[in-house]
Amino acid sequence: MRIEVRTGAFDPLAELSRYREESTAAERLGATAIFIGTMRDYNEGQPVRKMMLEHYPGMTERQLQCIVDEARARWPFDDALVIHRVGDLFPADPIVLVAVWSSHRGTAFDACRQILEELKHRAPFWKKETLEQGARWVETNSDGYTPRPIPPTSRTR
Amino acid sequence: MTIRVRYFASLRERMGRAEERLIFENLSCVADVWKAVYEGRPLPENVLCAVNMEYAQADTPVRDGDEVAFFPPVTGG
Repeated sequence: MRIEVRTGAFDPLAELSRYREESTAAERLGATAIFIGTMRDYNEGQPVRKMMLEHYPGMTERQLQCIVDEARARWPFDDALVIHRVGDLFPADPIVLVAVWSSHRGTAFDACRQILEELKHRAPFWKKETLEQGARWVETNSDGYTPRPIPPTSRTR
Repeated sequence: MTIRVRYFASLRERMGRAEERLIFENLSCVADVWKAVYEGRPLPENVLCAVNMEYAQADTPVRDGDEVAFFPPVTGG
């Protein structure tokens, strides 16, 4: 289990590969669910050139640990890796990686999802965007996802 | 009692400082700390707070040596 707040750029796939090599358990667990968040080059209809991510050192790590522990109590997965960037970011830069390893897909998907959603609501990070003219603080996170039923026609195919 | 007060993001910019140390006698809860730093006004609903790095409410008690933080809604991920 590793939780990390990082100032420099990171390559999520290289991190996953390295973590898998270190952890003898990860590769034989059967299910790996991964979420990678990258910086968009637009927000609220305007091009964004740069983003500064501020955080609350100490509280951020505590909150992330708490979020991972709560997810594990609900979905008893085997291992997790969470990396979140802070500092200056540019479009396409990875912001966050959440990976969860488990014996089965349901636990891995659900825990990965819960960790990410809770992180967005509770972890003390703040984004400030640099636009073509001026800068602004992002005031709220978008909802991001509304579950929709799968249409019956695509199931029968 | 001495309280370390910290501000983050847009609130840090609005306050014009990242932190300060308050020495007061009559602070009993987070709302009192806000009043002491912000012209006696009540704590706005859209300002989040933490005591010793745990989320707190306006009526959460504060003690000597505590770290109290105020910040806007979080936007990570």
